Amino acid sequence: MAHDTTHAHESSTKRIWTVFIILSVITLVEVILGIIKPDFLVHTYFISLKLINWIFIVLTIWKAYYITWAFMHMEGETKGLRRSVVWTAGFLIVYLIFILLTEGDYVYEVMQREQIAWDF
Amino acid sequence: METTVIRTGTEGKTWGGGNQPLKVSYGKLMMWFFILSDALTFSGFLASYGFARYKFSDSWPIADEVFNHFPFLHGVDAPMYYVALMTFILIFSSVTMVLAVDAGHQMKKGKVTFYMLLTIIGGIIFLGSQAWEWKNFIQGTYGAIETRGGNILQFVNDDGERVALADFVTAAPAERVLHERTNGLWFVDEPTLPRYTMEDVLAGFEANPNLHVRTQELTETGEKVILTRQASMAKLQNEGIGIIEGANLQKNEYGHPLFGDFFFFITGFHGFHVLTGVLINIIIFFNVLIGTYERRGHYEMVEKVGLYWHFVDLVWVFVFTFFYLV
Repeated sequence: MAHDTTHAHESSTKRIWTVFIILSVITLVEVILGIIKPDFLVHTYFISLKLINWIFIVLTIWKAYYITWAFMHMEGETKGLRRSVVWTAGFLIVYLIFILLTEGDYVYEVMQREQIAWDF
Repeated sequence: METTVIRTGTEGKTWGGGNQPLKVSYGKLMMWFFILSDALTFSGFLASYGFARYKFSDSWPIADEVFNHFPFLHGVDAPMYYVALMTFILIFSSVTMVLAVDAGHQMKKGKVTFYMLLTIIGGIIFLGSQAWEWKNFIQGTYGAIETRGGNILQFVNDDGERVALADFVTAAPAERVLHERTNGLWFVDEPTLPRYTMEDVLAGFEANPNLHVRTQELTETGEKVILTRQASMAKLQNEGIGIIEGANLQKNEYGHPLFGDFFFFITGFHGFHVLTGVLINIIIFFNVLIGTYERRGHYEMVEKVGLYWHFVDLVWVFVFTFFYLV
């Protein structure tokens, strides 16, 4: 642990502004990528997801890490608190996403296959 | 009393009681667990949005075309600039919040007050921006045709640029009058009548040979399918049942009704969090002002409301990615 929350009274203004700059740069990169949408990234697939979407997701999780660790000061909390929050959320969200996206893809297949007209 | 004390043999050990293994106060710990449960609620929303996206992966609306407004730039196609601006506003208000917490650690009342005020202003600007975004979404820009199957048809010119209904349709003088409580049965009324009938649209479409119908379907390269002139005419005549302008929870001019529903629920639920965040921030701001925490000897309350405020920012980061970017 970097330092304990209970007796950390020295100012961390410098770190706050550094994190702000990092978050801004990541957001800018996301926006620029979203506007120009490079053909290569849009048409290359990795594990049935566009490369550009993988980049967006990784950048978002990176931003989430900085907000939680620096701004919400998770880096200064005990290992127990950190794990009880982050691991719980992590496991449940990964599970939820896996189930719902698999199911959504299945429903899509069914709608393509079945002898029912969806556009009439 | 001493006889009732039960010795467990764990005194002095981690589980013996009387210690704080997580080394935070009760209030902060409970704020963390509230945030955890709230994060799961938002994940439920976003994951079910993902479900709908996968289910309609060949016909989902393109976010860049829907959210392309910017204040004072009428008619200019500005995809995502406005949402990006909103993201910066929220990130910046998060920075001022963490600066307030930092000043609180050093017991500097003036600085805490100033940064809390900036945070509140940032939150209010964000809420206003979201209201403007909703206004654009609800009003709509181009209008569309609803088909019998519940799909929508949009209009483009030869160059593939979107054309609004108002640009080529003129309303014929109508016999039908809106039924209000004042001019009909006093106990019933009806929603506003659509501006144009299907006949008006067909007449306008025939008179403008450069128009084409664009369907919801996406091509392999992720663009919407544009029909030929004949196919457009046939589609309108056989399937069109009326016009849609703007959006509500039942239908919208952008595509699937679910797109509008998720927009209203996800951004609405987030906006509600921002609103409560601003209200709590205001309460804490006044407490700082009257010196409550100065007397208490610590500014932990600012830290707790700060946690909530950063969480609201955190959620927006994900909403931004999954609703506007992906």
